Amino acid sequence: MRTLFDKIWQEHEVGERLLFVDLHLVHEVTSPQAFDGLRLAGRRVRRPDLTVATMDHNVPTTEGPITDPLARAQLDALRRNCDEFGVRLFATGSGREGIVHVIGAELGVTQPGMTIVCGDSHTSTHGAFGALAFGIGTSEVEHVLATQTLPQAKPKSMRILFDGELPFGLTAKDLVLGAIGQIGVAGGVGHVIEYAGPAIEALSMEGRMTVCNMSIEAGARAGLIAPDDTTFAYLDGRPAAPADWEPWRDLRTDDGAVFDREVRIDVGGLKPQVTWGTNPGMVAPIDGVVPDPASYSDADERAAVQRALEYMALTPGTRLADVRVDRVFIGSCTNARLEDLRAAARVVAGRRVADGVQAIVVPGSALVKRQAEAEGLDAVFTDAGFEWRLAGCSMCLGMNPDVLAPGERCASTSNRNFEGRQGAGGRTHLLSPAMAAAAAVTGRFTDVRELVA
Amino acid sequence: MNPLPRVEGRVAVLDRPDVDTDQIIPKQFLKRIERTGYGEFLFFDWMKDPDFELHKYSDASILVAGRNFGCGSSREHAAWALEDYGFKAVLAPSFGDIFRNNAVKSGLAPVAVDTDAILAAVEVENTLTVDLEALEVRHPSGLAVPFELDPYDQETLVGGLDDIARTLQREGEIARYEASHPGRFNATVL
Repeated sequence: MRTLFDKIWQEHEVGERLLFVDLHLVHEVTSPQAFDGLRLAGRRVRRPDLTVATMDHNVPTTEGPITDPLARAQLDALRRNCDEFGVRLFATGSGREGIVHVIGAELGVTQPGMTIVCGDSHTSTHGAFGALAFGIGTSEVEHVLATQTLPQAKPKSMRILFDGELPFGLTAKDLVLGAIGQIGVAGGVGHVIEYAGPAIEALSMEGRMTVCNMSIEAGARAGLIAPDDTTFAYLDGRPAAPADWEPWRDLRTDDGAVFDREVRIDVGGLKPQVTWGTNPGMVAPIDGVVPDPASYSDADERAAVQRALEYMALTPGTRLADVRVDRVFIGSCTNARLEDLRAAARVVAGRRVADGVQAIVVPGSALVKRQAEAEGLDAVFTDAGFEWRLAGCSMCLGMNPDVLAPGERCASTSNRNFEGRQGAGGRTHLLSPAMAAAAAVTGRFTDVRELVA
Repeated sequence: MNPLPRVEGRVAVLDRPDVDTDQIIPKQFLKRIERTGYGEFLFFDWMKDPDFELHKYSDASILVAGRNFGCGSSREHAAWALEDYGFKAVLAPSFGDIFRNNAVKSGLAPVAVDTDAILAAVEVENTLTVDLEALEVRHPSGLAVPFELDPYDQETLVGGLDDIARTLQREGEIARYEASHPGRFNATVL
């Protein structure tokens, strides 16, 4: 009896503790030193046919030339490297560019049963398809470019079973933030998490990608979900997807397979989630309050919460629904797919962005942007006073012109609320696209269920 | 990479949990395309605070940190910055998985170990030996704390080995695997 993770792992063992990589995704930030390393050693890219590159972290989301010389140099380097080593690049302006974890699925290169790596911690996103997908550093990027393999010790296995049915108005983001709040930001360290149970099976592929994306925020090596008809329907007709999914119908954890750790979470009573602190585990339901550090028994945790509240300029006991926001960001590899934009648009339609709030929507890819525009979502957002931007990582990590000013408070659909993540001194609160839309139109954190019937 | 059989020297203490790689090296420094020179940007925002713990230490080659050190982003620049700043080993109760891998590849030893006794000892006398061959942290007081390290990572660090060269020696195995596992797609025709 084997777990889904066991099956994928064993299928890819080239030899003792050496894992074959089916798909290597590359972007501009974590690859230049890796390509330099190849050049210095006179090595080639072993399997350009299994390697796909895109530009996402640095690219501005407004029209016009790139004015930041360092960003331009990094993008130019990627273009040169891809030319020199024969790697397929979806460059800005190609019409197929976008956030690396959005386009992998969109192109159909992300497939069940694969091993997928990328120099980016949110590579776990691709686990939504039943692939073993994890982030690596630049030395490992170079290693995969040169050998198409990675020396790896096998992580432990963990399963989170989500019982119950997500209540009306809640999304995959609420589900995963709630889970991280429960198991903690180190709860998955050293483990590959399989997400299962009726609440997971009921999710769309977009929702499953949101859940797997946040695996790293629980510290996990990867997150995955067994493929099913929802998966196959999503893949149907994608450019690189095969025609036959029969081989993947049995790609699931055997009954009776044993995990190193099992957690059960009932989502039936879950409420919309908003983070209040400086890591994704510092999260509360929208009807909750900012916690009191004194209520924590662990000294380290107490100090961390105290520090987080100082950074976030929040007072214990403050109702989250009374916290006002300056900025709203709907985007990122966590929540910038078509379904996310539709969910936000449903809340925004017929309303206006609150006075004093600056709100932007950044589609996850050029394709998502075109699809959203074909449905008229761009008009819903711009009529309400949102800015409608070009695809990219944007405000998720502040490596491009989209950043918070010191002290600004942002409702963000991204994945990290670390200090300075969206700009030095910026204060990030993570939530779902629908909740971000609700914050945009009311100017404060608001239970979206009060706005949609 | 230089061989790293052991690290002996002064200790800096940053006893906070969940220190993420965004703090170790903020995003604005990831635009550089070089692999060196990140030390001056280590903990860039926290260093601006005159009370930041690291200001209390000089010439430290060993960092003792809190649990889940290096969580978050995969940026290897975090390991490069610590190494360039002068650290050769980081001791913590646990590490972010990607950071731990990156550290090994960068010649920075990630030592997962219970730090309570170590912190108490360096409070009295600020020096430690991290022995990567014997897998033991030692203090002049007689304190000796064993730790575990993946045998492959231990070889890499102690020998200062080139990981890619090691794997390329397994060309036969890789070629056999490839021959029996045709790729699922071909990116070049996308």
